[in-house]
Amino acid sequence: MDILINILSMTVPFSVALLLASLGEMFNQRSGVFNLGCEGIMAVGAFIGMLVPFSVGQGGAVAGGWNWLGLLLACVAGALLGLLFGLVVVTFRAPQGIAGIGLQMFGVGVAGTLFRHFVGGTQSIPGMSTTPIPLLSKIPVIGRIFFSHSIIVYLAFLFVPLAWYILFKTPWGLRVRAVGTHPRAADSMGINVNRTRYEALAVGGALAGLAGAYLSVCQVKMFSDELIAGRGFIAVALVYFGHWNPVKIMLGALLFSFAQTIQYNVQGLGMNVPYEFFVMLPYVVVVVVLAFTSRNQKTGPAALGKPFNREMRT
Amino acid sequence: MNRNFKLVYKSLVILAAIIVTLAISSLILVVLGADILRTFETIIITPLTRVGHITEVFVRAVPLCIIALGVAVAYRSGIVNIGAEGQMAMGVLGFTATALALPDLPKPILLPMALIAGVLSGGLWGFIPGILKSKLEVSELLSTVMLNYIAAQFYSFCLRVPMMDPAEALSGAGTPQSARLTTNIEIGRITGRLHYGLFIALALAVIVYLFLWKTSYGYKMRASGSQPRAARYGGIAVSRYVTLAMVISGAFAGLAGGIEIAAVHRRAIEGVTNNYGFSAVVVALFGMLHPFGIVPASFFFALLIYGSTLTPRAVGVPANIVDVMQGLIIMTIVTTQMILQNDYLMDRVWHWWCSKRKAKEA
Amino acid sequence: MSEKITSLRMEHITKRFPGVLAGDDISLEVGEGEILALVGENGAGKTTLMNILMGIYQPDEGRIFINGNEVRFRGPEDAFKVGLGMVHQQYMLVGDMTVTENVALGYKQAWKPMKLDLDEVRRRVVEVSDRHGLAVNPDAYIWQLSVGEQQRVELVKTLCLGARFLILDEPTSALTPQETEELVDLLKKMKEELSIIFISHKLNEVKAVSDKIAILRHGRIVFTGDTADHSSSSIAALMTGHEIELPENKEADMHGGLALSIKDLCVRSDRGNLALDHFSLDIREGEVVGLAGVSGNGQRELAEAVNGLRAVESGSISFFGEECAGRGAHQMIEAGMGYIPEERNIEGIVPAFSIKENLILKDSENPRFSKHHLMKRKAVMENAERLRKDFDIRCPGVDTAAGSLSGGNIQKVILARELTRSPRFLVAVYPTRGLDMGAVESIHKELLAKRKEGIGILLISEELDEIMNLSDRIAVIYKGRVQCVMKHGEADKRRLGIHMAGLEEGSDE
Repeated sequence: MDILINILSMTVPFSVALLLASLGEMFNQRSGVFNLGCEGIMAVGAFIGMLVPFSVGQGGAVAGGWNWLGLLLACVAGALLGLLFGLVVVTFRAPQGIAGIGLQMFGVGVAGTLFRHFVGGTQSIPGMSTTPIPLLSKIPVIGRIFFSHSIIVYLAFLFVPLAWYILFKTPWGLRVRAVGTHPRAADSMGINVNRTRYEALAVGGALAGLAGAYLSVCQVKMFSDELIAGRGFIAVALVYFGHWNPVKIMLGALLFSFAQTIQYNVQGLGMNVPYEFFVMLPYVVVVVVLAFTSRNQKTGPAALGKPFNREMRT
Repeated sequence: MNRNFKLVYKSLVILAAIIVTLAISSLILVVLGADILRTFETIIITPLTRVGHITEVFVRAVPLCIIALGVAVAYRSGIVNIGAEGQMAMGVLGFTATALALPDLPKPILLPMALIAGVLSGGLWGFIPGILKSKLEVSELLSTVMLNYIAAQFYSFCLRVPMMDPAEALSGAGTPQSARLTTNIEIGRITGRLHYGLFIALALAVIVYLFLWKTSYGYKMRASGSQPRAARYGGIAVSRYVTLAMVISGAFAGLAGGIEIAAVHRRAIEGVTNNYGFSAVVVALFGMLHPFGIVPASFFFALLIYGSTLTPRAVGVPANIVDVMQGLIIMTIVTTQMILQNDYLMDRVWHWWCSKRKAKEA
Repeated sequence: MSEKITSLRMEHITKRFPGVLAGDDISLEVGEGEILALVGENGAGKTTLMNILMGIYQPDEGRIFINGNEVRFRGPEDAFKVGLGMVHQQYMLVGDMTVTENVALGYKQAWKPMKLDLDEVRRRVVEVSDRHGLAVNPDAYIWQLSVGEQQRVELVKTLCLGARFLILDEPTSALTPQETEELVDLLKKMKEELSIIFISHKLNEVKAVSDKIAILRHGRIVFTGDTADHSSSSIAALMTGHEIELPENKEADMHGGLALSIKDLCVRSDRGNLALDHFSLDIREGEVVGLAGVSGNGQRELAEAVNGLRAVESGSISFFGEECAGRGAHQMIEAGMGYIPEERNIEGIVPAFSIKENLILKDSENPRFSKHHLMKRKAVMENAERLRKDFDIRCPGVDTAAGSLSGGNIQKVILARELTRSPRFLVAVYPTRGLDMGAVESIHKELLAKRKEGIGILLISEELDEIMNLSDRIAVIYKGRVQCVMKHGEADKRRLGIHMAGLEEGSDE
């Protein structure tokens, strides 16, 4: 039982990076752009997020504000990378899958290069501490699982209903959904398709950058080349799994996070299986889930992956 | 629109692409405070100045070329293989396992057998995303990446436990690597570490060319990749050919892994895949998905990869700079291709140019 | 709200697309309360011109004046502001949004910073639909609506955005004859308040609805005048540039044995609903059976099922006595099925492949073109050169990418391949859609020639003239069932229209 509570209390904070990144990817895909570069944006976000508190404090403790500045700059960097991707796939209409792989390599490369130069080796930072919610965190079991984390965790989960509201109840959400489903119709109604896609990419990029920074500033409290470890790609898979719906995406993020958390509790579980198999578990889960859910993806944004060209005659 | 204009236009577009790539890479170097010209000199020129360097470039070009040929076969058939990293690792395991299990077989039997084992392992690892895509419509972009992570973990496990060099266990060092393999699996070297695998790579380039453009299988695979609906309409079993393409692609990566062990490392070690799987995607695109483009492209990227290993010491630039450049090159290649294909834009530029010229004359 | 539009003038509009002059020095004028019919063949440049008027395309040269003032539109939103509205031929509706949401896309008054005021939009939709007698349910999802209902939504949407000037692009192309009549009546009523440009190539409608007429040919205006002064036949001659008599199927029945027999066929669509619901139809050798119907009633699924491209849920397809339900495309091709598919650009050809490669799409393993899986380069080349000559495929060379050809020439490539494979049966789906009259004529001739050779043909089309000209028997499909089958002489447009709408003859229409 203790083990289970242990796993669950890790599941919630560990799901945040996936949750933020895949909500960002959801906005991208709702607007019709498939951004496989998420992984790269997360890497850059993670690096920048930890660089700020690290360089200010030189490894020592710093005022919380610097952590927040790191998170903020990670968002900005992510948004810029999103816009760069927009230039490639929206303005120049390059095929999105392969361009996304390019962005991923670019982002991971930039983060790795700058990290080696500015930080050097493995350096941990104090990072952002947890802020248990008064009263609620005292509830047995539930308090530990849900209410004893850093502020970002709470904000991330509060963002789920907000994302739903933005998508379905605001003019911007209407525009995003329209350009992702029937860009030609949106265009004929005076909506600037490319601009809307750029906006969605900037929002998605900012969220991916934040997700990366959350990993380095709040969760692991250091940066390494293997920090992201495919979470960007899992985030993309989660969007399919969650049918482009914020609530289902959240459930998916929790499920995958659960699979990921098990590896940290292997000894407690007393199972005699080499730990590599636990590390690969979340990836196996992704493949299996994709195998079961990909077939009925026809309800997704109809123009997903298709560049828009107003003057192209069909 | 005249011919000269088209030629000039296209050359200018390509030139602009090269400038943009170099400019953005330079931007990173500026942030690092590095000497830009010396960095590029170290990456591109220095490796060509000594025979010892050149052979090392070739050593990297061989796996790149073989894997990129496989990636091109898949890409032409409509399935993007970014899982070569994992397929290569599985190929290494297949090769090593065979060599460890049957060390006493004579070389003419053991070497081909081990290579085939590598090919089959890689092919099997390619079969998974292939069949998932064709039967269950799973995006190969995601499944191959996931299979890379799975293969990497499995590889670590094999090296740490079942294949671990007994000497390492005895000495207690515990370096995860296999024992040195029997000499019966070795592929000979020409000079330095440059080995005869080079000729295998060149032969495969010719074979892939003939296969894709001169056989009915190649025809059907290209049709499936180019417009699957039309291929299905034409009675072509698209899903079968897509799966086959991915198996071939994986088999190439597996073969590259086997050759890498047989000729270079001669035991399975950590990091043997060296990001070749991802770089090969860049090579395949840069070589315009054509074998005769891939051969020089693999040399060029091997140059970048080897050159970047020299930069940390020479100019203080981390070797990761090569990832930055590869990522940029992918993005600029696909962008440039779209610009070159955009007749509409070219038409606009042509009319703009004509009106400009008329205005000048008047 | 915009002021009333009393005059609209386009002067010297020129628009170039790569290799095509889609608009060549076009000038047009429409006055208050007028209905101008803009007619011309497919590809004459009608839609391009209207897209320029709406600001969707930018003209390379020329100017537009409204009420005497020059206007420049950077996009459709600018056109809305002065009161222009367009109903496109392919409806511009987002399928998984409600009617209200679709209107809200353009109704910027309801765009509050953090909230979309859908209630305000809904009120506006109800108000407009009541005033013009256009019944729509504001909360229905677009995908739930029929084609006729979707067109009403388009009209309501355009009016909600304040249109004082309507452009209707081929509004009747997907309607039944009865729905068309309703639309014509509605437009006549609406011209009291609005001016209208009505694009069509169907001359009887043009005669019925318009005051003035402008004829476009190859991107140029070749004629303008009052509709009442000119007969349909003189307009037709101006439209095509020469007299064209489309061939008709006048020869006596020469039916042989049963070729294709479909019984109680049930097939699902991509969405998962039953697209064919116990569909039954027999076609004999040397017989053309035309299948009429509003598109989206199961035609695509029927063609795909018969050609082995779609799974069969239940029922039987017997092809020359052999049960073929559930067979794959390859087996159907081997059995002698020829197929001219609906989407010629992406299904009928591989666009990136050369013409010569496309001509052997079904024959890459045929011993004529390959041996031991090695392609015979010379044979492929000779085959292409021969077919290029026989079918008059206009192209720079047989190595040209097929996707770069015009629609008519792509269709010729497909016909050349299908007809010379000596099929025993032919399924032709919308074979002339979007083609000019010259191409239509040659395709009709080819089809009738095949009939004469004793080949059975299933002709799926939404052009009733085409179906009535070519068919020995006519079947009407509605919601995946055969509504009725008529003989060549028994069918007229009114009767077909009743069945296409799913009604029974004699019942209240």
